[in-house]
Amino acid sequence: MKLRRNLTGWLYVSPLMLVLLPFFVAPLLVVAAASFFETDGFGGLLPNFTLQNYVDVLSSGLTFNLYLATVKFTFFTWFFTLIIGFFVAYFLVFHVRNQLLAIGLFLLCTVPFWTSNIIRMISWIPLLGKEGLINSALLATGLIHEPLEILLYSSVSVVIAYVHQLTIFMIVPIFNSMARIDKRVVEAALDAGASRFDIMRLIIVPMAKSGIALGSIFVISIVMGDFFVVKVMSGGGSASVVGAFYEDIGVLQYPTAAASAVLLTLVLVAVIALILRTVDIRREITR
Amino acid sequence: MARPKTRAATPARRGRPWTFYALATLFALYVAALYGPMFCIYILSFQDVRGGLVFPMRGLSLHWFVDLFTQVRTGDVNGAFDRSIRLAVIVTIITVVFSFMAGLGFRRRFAGDTIVFYLMIGSLVAPGLVLGIGIGLLFQWLGIDASWYTSALGAQLSWTLPFGVLVMFAVMSRFDHAWEEAARDLGASAWQTIRLVVIPVLAPGLIAVALFGFTLSYDEFARTLQTAGSLNTLPLEIWSMTLNVTSPSLYALGTVTTIVSFLIIGVSLGTIVLIQKRRGPRAPRH
Repeated sequence: MKLRRNLTGWLYVSPLMLVLLPFFVAPLLVVAAASFFETDGFGGLLPNFTLQNYVDVLSSGLTFNLYLATVKFTFFTWFFTLIIGFFVAYFLVFHVRNQLLAIGLFLLCTVPFWTSNIIRMISWIPLLGKEGLINSALLATGLIHEPLEILLYSSVSVVIAYVHQLTIFMIVPIFNSMARIDKRVVEAALDAGASRFDIMRLIIVPMAKSGIALGSIFVISIVMGDFFVVKVMSGGGSASVVGAFYEDIGVLQYPTAAASAVLLTLVLVAVIALILRTVDIRREITR
Repeated sequence: MARPKTRAATPARRGRPWTFYALATLFALYVAALYGPMFCIYILSFQDVRGGLVFPMRGLSLHWFVDLFTQVRTGDVNGAFDRSIRLAVIVTIITVVFSFMAGLGFRRRFAGDTIVFYLMIGSLVAPGLVLGIGIGLLFQWLGIDASWYTSALGAQLSWTLPFGVLVMFAVMSRFDHAWEEAARDLGASAWQTIRLVVIPVLAPGLIAVALFGFTLSYDEFARTLQTAGSLNTLPLEIWSMTLNVTSPSLYALGTVTTIVSFLIIGVSLGTIVLIQKRRGPRAPRH
């Protein structure tokens, strides 16, 4: 009976595994293997075991700076998407009394998600540019006398683009977990004399924890694994770990690129494991 | 069910607290920031030939749309469009079927399910470019040519499938097992139960998975970059355009892709409505 249940289970997930094994597990193993290879300098890989690639990556002062820049972007993006995402979800679930309206407003937030990320990113150019709307408006009101250069092609615009693209990844899971909170619990707490802050601290945040964790995983992994927002929005002024990796690939330095990819993956795994330690998302999701 | 009625009478519930106004303002600002920039480029894409990348708007014409689809310097937009749509359709079909099956599989615990689960999460969060390079190298070593319908398809599935399965989890956690048991008690076979009970009940969820699959694929960039082979998909085409083209045709492309996305959402939502309608009158006949 137990054997049969295991067999059925595996039968159901076998199509999934047929994709994950060749297109997730195998490529990662290939990258891991390549990180120990030597290169002939022309994109060819020589299967001679070496640790030189790791030594190169780790001994480079650039690596540290790249991680610092990436961590900085990740932290700010995570912080802003979390704050905005949490309160937007909270507003929709607990303040909009008409459920149909709440669902409509929720859909309103998800609609831009259906258009191209790259298009959404470049759509900030007419606003943030030197002759963009924000600068023009500020100049017209006399608040500033010269266009603010910091708005576009800077760290600020990178974070703005990320927050614009990724807040939805916080809203959806947090909305989902908050929608499951029984409103009577909140009312009971109100009746018992709890303050709004207490309700937030003792009921809503703990019960929305799985959504927060899931959203954080999405946002952190996307920002850490991304390069093209940084590339376009910083105007080449900032780099990121994956950006450097992409440059390496461009000049056919596969082994050092692979070594830095392995390092990045390990860092990412550590961060996500840290999040998963606080929340058992498996149980939370399937519940 | 008297509860909702008494709610209005609770003194604490009367009137809107200040937090409502604060959060409503935040929400309005968020939506404005979400849509504002996009509307700017839609508007700017309708300029005439004198148009530039920033306001003020110069003239009104469809010049940049014509430019987009005819100019050689903007690359093969038509072909890329065509490939992206085909790829997205294939990805959608596979994602719906495979996620649905995995969702069914995960309803009961089985030996090794945790491994499968974490493999899935891993596939979801793995940096797209790293995975893309790995797949590219793997195909190179195996001597298979990379192309949009082999390596890029697999690369995209490794990202759309985990999303699809997560949506299935959310949908299935609300599924009442009693319906299935009832079907079984009435003598339905396992396949009949799935076909006549589970699939119809979960249909809106399956359409959600399809929508996810389609848009994730249609917009996928990092995983496709190294795996698409010699022919570009649309996001790759847009990417190369952002590096070369500095005219409103870039914005015109944004407008066109948005219209396509909206058509797809419209069709999907229409399908949901149609399914719900068909379901209504049929129920009493049984």
